[in-house]
Amino acid sequence: MIAFMLRRLGQTVIVVVGVTIVTFILLHLLPGNTVRAILGPRATPLAVHQLTVELGLNKPLPVQYIVWLNNLLHFNLGYSYKLDEPVTSLLTQRMSKTFFLVGASLVLAILIAIPLGVLQAVRRNKPDDYVMTGLSFVFYSMPTFWLGLLLVGLFSATLNWFPAEAPQDQSSVFSQLNGMVLPIATLTLVTIALFSRYMRSAVLEQTVQDYVRTARAKGLSPGTVLFRHVLRNALIPVITLVGLSLGGILSGAVVVESIFNYPGMGLLFFQAAQDDDFPVLLGVTVVVAIATVLGNLIADVLYAVVDPRIRYI
Amino acid sequence: MSLISQLPAPGAEELLAEGGEAYRSGSIWRMILDVFLENRLATVGLGVIVFMLLFCFLGPVIYHTQQIYNNPNIGDEPPSLHHLLGTDPLGYDVLGRMMLGGQSSLEIAFAAALIAVGLGVIWGAVAGLAGGVVDALMMRVVDTLLAFPFLFALILLGAIFTTSIPELIIVIGLVAWLVPARLVRGETLSLRTREYVQAVKTMGGSTRRVLLRHVIPNTVGTIVVNATFQVADAIIFVATLSYLGLGVPPPATNWGGELAQGLNYLFDGYWWLIYPPGIAIVLTVVAFNFVGDAIRDALEVRLQRR
Repeated sequence: MIAFMLRRLGQTVIVVVGVTIVTFILLHLLPGNTVRAILGPRATPLAVHQLTVELGLNKPLPVQYIVWLNNLLHFNLGYSYKLDEPVTSLLTQRMSKTFFLVGASLVLAILIAIPLGVLQAVRRNKPDDYVMTGLSFVFYSMPTFWLGLLLVGLFSATLNWFPAEAPQDQSSVFSQLNGMVLPIATLTLVTIALFSRYMRSAVLEQTVQDYVRTARAKGLSPGTVLFRHVLRNALIPVITLVGLSLGGILSGAVVVESIFNYPGMGLLFFQAAQDDDFPVLLGVTVVVAIATVLGNLIADVLYAVVDPRIRYI
Repeated sequence: MSLISQLPAPGAEELLAEGGEAYRSGSIWRMILDVFLENRLATVGLGVIVFMLLFCFLGPVIYHTQQIYNNPNIGDEPPSLHHLLGTDPLGYDVLGRMMLGGQSSLEIAFAAALIAVGLGVIWGAVAGLAGGVVDALMMRVVDTLLAFPFLFALILLGAIFTTSIPELIIVIGLVAWLVPARLVRGETLSLRTREYVQAVKTMGGSTRRVLLRHVIPNTVGTIVVNATFQVADAIIFVATLSYLGLGVPPPATNWGGELAQGLNYLFDGYWWLIYPPGIAIVLTVVAFNFVGDAIRDALEVRLQRR
């Protein structure tokens, strides 16, 4: 077990270093010149030279990488000249908002997708199973932005129940939960669609196992077998599913944040892409990538803890 | 989105169905075809795909519309006999626009899937066959790139490259090849221990021969299934990028761009701008998923009943 964890941790460290290298390479692939971006097109050659030296941009790339990595380790991700604020402070403001949106949707999606999967497996190949499976396919295949705007059309424009825009201020997310209903609902539906197909087959797979037959032979009721035996085992793959779909859910958050103008990391990233604000783009990228890697690591370790049969090579 | 759809689903359905019907004789391909056609959803899915291809590529031959010069004076007209699905804000005929947009949605999706799967197969097979340090190194590259959530990667690449259709295809392909690489590498690890591969090596066959003639052809099932899901995912990617303003620039169009444009008029009641492209996307993506699932099930049956 400890050997597995150490091995998995070693892989994670390599991947995280890889992530920083890729991000650094992207930083240098990006069109445009940082110095010119700061000083403008009419700067004198002398000023350009001075700033280049000051920012260390004349040093060899490996040296620049080490400097950048060192800054990263000290939570210094550079400065956004477009928004006139350090990237780190922009990120900390926005991160909690995305965390709230993604966290709430993920919890809701798990709470809904698990009973849904059990229901589908129990009612296998009956009309209600077909309806639920069909709906989850449709939600899965629907572009997220259309789903979000359909909800806006129905619940904001027609019924006037919830606002079409998420709360904007720093402090109002909890005081105006009304405005969070539609963004969370959209991301939750997308996530349920991701999960429900796998929950159904996970439960189905368990129902044909020998221990189910044994439990039934002992005289346990079908309900007890389902909830005490089948469900517990079917929950194990959910851990991996959550770990693997983290990237997909974060991607969904970008779309949801831009539909509802919710000032989280996704919207920050999207606006930075439009403004060519490269320090912000790369800061968000590196943070999101490391979060995804750590999410996968936690999922893998949890999986090994929950299911002692799992032993990776 | 993409990662999950490409995971092999547990074969529970087959376990349940096992022993249900008698083993049919005949060639293996015949058997696969039978199992595929037994799946009604898959047949419907295949029908939808054929319909969409005919609609987009043969439709313009039958239904002539002006899609180069627009006439803003006839913008936003509801459906009529003259314009079967009305006109868009620029005065283009919506039905004709759907055909044109579908062409580019499908072309981009097929081309991106081809790049993703081609790159993934080569990378995965080489890594799996090489083993050892090379394999570890190649797979850490895949892990590293997989750490970037696909939409973040797409937006970042979109910011680096200016958008045109070939660049859009390459960008989507570059993001999507990682999952097939993993799948094919896993399969290669098992294939390379098989007797026939050992036999080729014993007889002095080169590694290249093992790779091209024995390993890659045997991963064809995985490849086809994955390619089907890749097409479905790419259609959604293109749509999402169009909504975010990173799609193909006008006058080129695609279903996602049309849907995104129509949604600007959400509160004006111009339903004919929203539902036709939206439904086309959902139908096509669902169809590709049905077909992919069915091919996977059919190939699993082949493995189980052999």
